[in-house]
Amino acid sequence: MISVVVLIVLLPFAAAVAGLLGSRWPRGGSRTKENDRAAARRAAWFAIAPITAALLLTLWLASWSARALPRGSASYPGAEFWAGLLPGSTEGTLTMVETGSVPISFTLRADGLSILIGVLVVVVALAVQVYSVGYMRDDPRHPSYSAFISLFTSAMLLVVYAGDLIVLYAGWEIMGLCSYLLIGHWWEDRANSRAAVKAFLVTRLGDVGFLFGIFTLGFAAGSFRIDDVLSADIPRGTLITATMLLLAGVAGKSAQVPLQTWLPDAMAGPTPISALIHAATMVAAGIFIVARLYPAFLGAQPTLDVLAVVAAIGMLGAALAALAQDDLKRVLAYSTISQLAYMAAGLAAGSDKAAIFHLLTHGAFKALLFLGAGAVIHHVGSNLMTHMGGLRTSVPITFAAMTVGFAALMGLPPASGFFSKDAVIAAIEHSHSPAQPFLYGAALLTVGVTGAYAMRAWLRTFFGPARVEALPEPPPGTAHVFDGREAPRSMLWPIGVLAVPALLLGFAGVTEVDWGSALVSLIVALLGAGVVYAFWRGAPHQDPARMLGPFRTACERAFYVDEAYRAVFARPVLRLARGVVRTDGQVVDGAVRGAGRLTMSLSGFVRLAQKGNAQLYVTGLLAGLLLITVAAVVLG
Amino acid sequence: MHIVYPVVVSALLFSIGVYGVLARRNAILVLMSVELMLNAVNLNLVAFDVWLRDRLHGGQVLTLFVIVIAAAEIGLGLAIVLAVYRNRQSIDVDRLRDLSETGASGEAGPPEEPVGVGEDADREARP
Repeated sequence: MISVVVLIVLLPFAAAVAGLLGSRWPRGGSRTKENDRAAARRAAWFAIAPITAALLLTLWLASWSARALPRGSASYPGAEFWAGLLPGSTEGTLTMVETGSVPISFTLRADGLSILIGVLVVVVALAVQVYSVGYMRDDPRHPSYSAFISLFTSAMLLVVYAGDLIVLYAGWEIMGLCSYLLIGHWWEDRANSRAAVKAFLVTRLGDVGFLFGIFTLGFAAGSFRIDDVLSADIPRGTLITATMLLLAGVAGKSAQVPLQTWLPDAMAGPTPISALIHAATMVAAGIFIVARLYPAFLGAQPTLDVLAVVAAIGMLGAALAALAQDDLKRVLAYSTISQLAYMAAGLAAGSDKAAIFHLLTHGAFKALLFLGAGAVIHHVGSNLMTHMGGLRTSVPITFAAMTVGFAALMGLPPASGFFSKDAVIAAIEHSHSPAQPFLYGAALLTVGVTGAYAMRAWLRTFFGPARVEALPEPPPGTAHVFDGREAPRSMLWPIGVLAVPALLLGFAGVTEVDWGSALVSLIVALLGAGVVYAFWRGAPHQDPARMLGPFRTACERAFYVDEAYRAVFARPVLRLARGVVRTDGQVVDGAVRGAGRLTMSLSGFVRLAQKGNAQLYVTGLLAGLLLITVAAVVLG
Repeated sequence: MHIVYPVVVSALLFSIGVYGVLARRNAILVLMSVELMLNAVNLNLVAFDVWLRDRLHGGQVLTLFVIVIAAAEIGLGLAIVLAVYRNRQSIDVDRLRDLSETGASGEAGPPEEPVGVGEDADREARP
């Protein structure tokens, strides 16, 4: 059984290798249009076929797990929420690496949690790969692009199926690399490569903490295997330190306060990448790791309190920022931060089940929203909602799918978001955390703001007067051209397929709905949406964000966090760097150059003796010889 | 015969050679002085060889070597002197100071030697 897991992880990896090496072979050198097209076609096959196989294997694994009896030996202590759904679990160790102190074991494991997330990852990755065929049709670098997506998927699957913290960390880091490569796909534009570097550096900042958290846990437990770590008897102080350090990595990868700034900038990448990062791979990893190590986090209540505060600030701030953005993708990016904060809040409130449920539904509807936004952008040729409007008649399929997505985002029944968000809010309502009132207030407020920004984006994009105009020339780096039609079929299919789970996945949790809190949050969401609708109704030409009044600029700039970071971190570092350069140029280089100049001027004195008279030299030689002889005789 | 006689003779010879090398201006005389020094050494070698009763006669063998090398050296030296004379019409060692440091010899420059055709060619050939 473990070989299936190995295959699931390795298939996308093999796809990445094949796509990178084989797409242009054997005509690698010539970049004619026909060759580019042939390479893109071959790369698409290399990308889609293995991921489809991985999907089938994952589904098979899930069905096996659903039918298998729980085995006490290979499961975690305590009752997990997934035990009822997918009780079967398997674990296999490939090899042990003796490091001298704590051994590293190459262990993979598949249990209910990893299979659930694994299905999400593979489905979204497949949808993104198929979608990219249409979206990136004329991009000459499509082979490397799809290969990196495959590598990204493989890394996320490695994180999901890892049975050892070090193995998990390897996948974690490869994801960081892939996000850098993919966000900077259109690197010709300087802003895009800057965004890629920013994403890489900010997540790396968190990863440092994450690595040391792993070390702390591993050394305290005497093993890096997740089973051993969770069953080990670790003192509370160590546990708090370790989980706090892990939380830094979680904040970096899942874009939580204070490391959230990279995610909106990551919109510089192609839209399918945003869908992949936001729905399935990168940001889901942070929530997943907390759920994976949840028993350890439960033993460290202060960490959960910190997580609660971070989540409360993040969800409300990001939702307000989303309300004021004009770029459709940035609206969705801030909404991702906000929704991830919901999951973090669910975890902090003590319900990993609610958080993972929301992670799954969010993965479905956010991927749907991003792919739909990509189709809209493809159609309009601009990211800005100012250039959209009245699109519901010209792109009816995208409109219907995105309506489902927005409904799920707002939490309107019967879309999936309603059930999962209700689960999170009910968990917060019933938690005993000291931060509970704060968290609950923030969560309810955010529900209202979420309704408002989702409504605003929906209205601004699909309703009102059409502001679409054909752009004379697409700006460099964006391959979108206005063509006045619905997107190609390869883009519509993934959108349509993803709309199904976005609409129906919530019914998996229909039996556990807390109708009281669901009603409250539904009313709040409708209230937020209604306010926006009233403002929009008054003046359909104008942006409903004007209701924010003087706060609008602050929200649009995401409360000046980027500016603050620039002033507090970036500028002093730059100043320090300039100082170092000056020191290097003037002190170090100056010393070297000065040594040379000193030698030259000293040698000037010696050169005075070079008069060209050979007999003078011989005289000097003899005098020296005599001196040495006399010295040898006298001193020896 | 006591060792002191040949040693004194060779020391005198060597001193004459040193004086010649340091003080003579004619290149041929300088070469002759070098020969005197070499022969002083040869005398020493033979004398000590006899005095120490060396069974392998290392001193005498070495003398033969020195004589051979001296012959080669004087051949080479005279050829150089001949070539210099053809170029400059002079074999005055004091005046052959083209390799001097130009800046350093500025204050006590030697009188300009007569400029020959060969010298011009020589100067141009220099990089």
